Amino acid sequence: MKHFYIFLTFTLLWVAPVFAETPEEKGLSIAKEDDKRDNGFKDFTANMVMLLKNKQGEESSRHIRNKTLEVEGDGDKSISIFDRPRDVKGTALLNFTHKVGTDDQWLYLPALKRVKRISSSNKSGSFMGSEFAYEDVTSQEVEKYNYKWIRDEEHKGELSFVFERYPVYKNSGYTRQVVWLDKKDYKILKIEFFDRKNSPLKTLTQSDFKQYLDKFWYPGKMFMENHQTGKSTLLTWTDYKFHNGLSDKDFNRNSLKRAR
Amino acid sequence: MLKSYSTRCAILFILVLGLFLNSSPKVFAHEISGYAEGELRLFPNEALYPGQNEQSASFAFQPEYYHEFKSGSSFTFVPFVRVDSGDQERTHFDIREFTFLWLEEDFELRVGVRKVFWGTTEVLHLVDIINQTDLVENTDTEDKLGQPMANLSFSRDWGTVDLFWLPFFRERSFAGTGGRLRGATIVDENRVQYESAAEEWHSDWAFRYSHTLGDIDLGISQFIGTNRDPTLLDGTDSNGNAIKIPRYEQIKQTSLDVSYVVGDWLWKLESLYRTGQGNDDYFAWTGGFEYTFVGVLESGMDLGLIGEWMFDTREEEATTAFENDIATGIRLAVNDASSTEALLGWVQDLDTSARFLFLEASRRFGDNWLLTAELRTFLNQPIEDFLFEQRDDEILQIELAYYF
Repeated sequence: MKHFYIFLTFTLLWVAPVFAETPEEKGLSIAKEDDKRDNGFKDFTANMVMLLKNKQGEESSRHIRNKTLEVEGDGDKSISIFDRPRDVKGTALLNFTHKVGTDDQWLYLPALKRVKRISSSNKSGSFMGSEFAYEDVTSQEVEKYNYKWIRDEEHKGELSFVFERYPVYKNSGYTRQVVWLDKKDYKILKIEFFDRKNSPLKTLTQSDFKQYLDKFWYPGKMFMENHQTGKSTLLTWTDYKFHNGLSDKDFNRNSLKRAR
Repeated sequence: MLKSYSTRCAILFILVLGLFLNSSPKVFAHEISGYAEGELRLFPNEALYPGQNEQSASFAFQPEYYHEFKSGSSFTFVPFVRVDSGDQERTHFDIREFTFLWLEEDFELRVGVRKVFWGTTEVLHLVDIINQTDLVENTDTEDKLGQPMANLSFSRDWGTVDLFWLPFFRERSFAGTGGRLRGATIVDENRVQYESAAEEWHSDWAFRYSHTLGDIDLGISQFIGTNRDPTLLDGTDSNGNAIKIPRYEQIKQTSLDVSYVVGDWLWKLESLYRTGQGNDDYFAWTGGFEYTFVGVLESGMDLGLIGEWMFDTREEEATTAFENDIATGIRLAVNDASSTEALLGWVQDLDTSARFLFLEASRRFGDNWLLTAELRTFLNQPIEDFLFEQRDDEILQIELAYYF
């Protein structure tokens, strides 16, 4: 029997590099494939309604318009403009995501006509009072995490990869995230977030997917539930428009001042 | 003055309307928004000067009309009116914005009445000079009168250049007899003096270069023209009563403003060199930091700390209360659905015992109502302090605004 194990070990050592990936390698290759499938959208604009609900079930909503520009070799540039509530109408956030290091962020305050640079190093802060953190809404880059494939399973009728990812950037609010990604179209169906103490914190469920430009699958609804506070946020996306001819000039401090 | 100024704005409005009627399909067609607010001001201390009140109520209305053309060019019109029970001078009308923006691939041209902000710091807005302060609105100098201008802006890889032609000057608004938060002697705006023979029709010019270099945002500006911040001269009116006469000199101001992000720290600096006001040229600067603790006490709340130093080389001769002062502040953002926020600040004079405390808090109710409360108090003002005559003007101000 002992000889058999030695035989098996040698066989695996020889075979493994050719046929098998480690779970980490498999996780990374899934993330890379996902990123590849997301490449080439150039730019898009979309409208978003953010519905906040607290533990008591009280609701309030925010209406935000979004413009995003794909940047070759780096993270995306985006502008988010508030329409409602009315007292923050015209408030706009300019964000340059970077693959490595902290993002650059500027906030435009319309009452003062002031563009203010803001520190973005702490990514765990709430995005506009919602259950989404800044790190959940800025562009997801392969370089931002380490990966580990866990298993394949059927999720809501779709055969999915289940993998974990571990933020490598500083000041994340999470130790890990468990992601359900469907194998056919690489749509993120669900993410479970675990806080710094590795306790379950939030669950994101994405649904109402639609395919754009015969290529890109974008969710119509993103529902984030916080298990520790009982609060939730539902993002509903509408009016996706691609290839608007946006360029760097639409994403600077001058354009932030006139963003509507 | 106001009436003729309004007439000129009305003529401009008709001209822009002409452009409008020839317009192509709309993006944001004829969009209306704005707010109406009721405000209550309570002064717990007895008034020092005759005519002043212990409380006042007022109403303000600021609608906004916005129209965007298919090209991206746009027109904005924002009138403002306040009616105040305590101070006649605070009852006023202004055109905050009346701008046509011509947007091209290589430049942006804005013609009309507008507000422009320069600067990085939180407590003192030192280098911000394009607009005149609407001082009767609030003594924090953050409310501005609409400034007529033509502004050409170019954005390139190496930075943004802004050129301003400011053909008409706006006088600062000052509290009247019934108003608190003023000196013992009323400023008589009818006796205004200008250094320039062209008076308010003197053409002022400004140039600004701004750029982002990684974590640094910087702006270098030059202003040549009528001083926004008047020297107050002693005088008497026709009845022999003492008054203050505002005198607007011709000045040149060179300024720099920088912000620098380092991790959770945000460092800021504003500095200026001004000639033409008073006998001596002077420097002034303000700078400091802002540090934010995200998610304090395991909650979703953010707590920001602010520290800023303000200095003016004119020292006691300075036409500002902040000639050598340290400001510290704590800003709390609850991050709840009603966007509850509070800012507690303390400004300490480094040469005397004088200090100034303020608390600002706001909360939204429903989707459209915003409640704001401000408390400001002056402590230990020595007789030589710039704010000595306002020492008893502790104020609690409550505003309830409806946004539409």
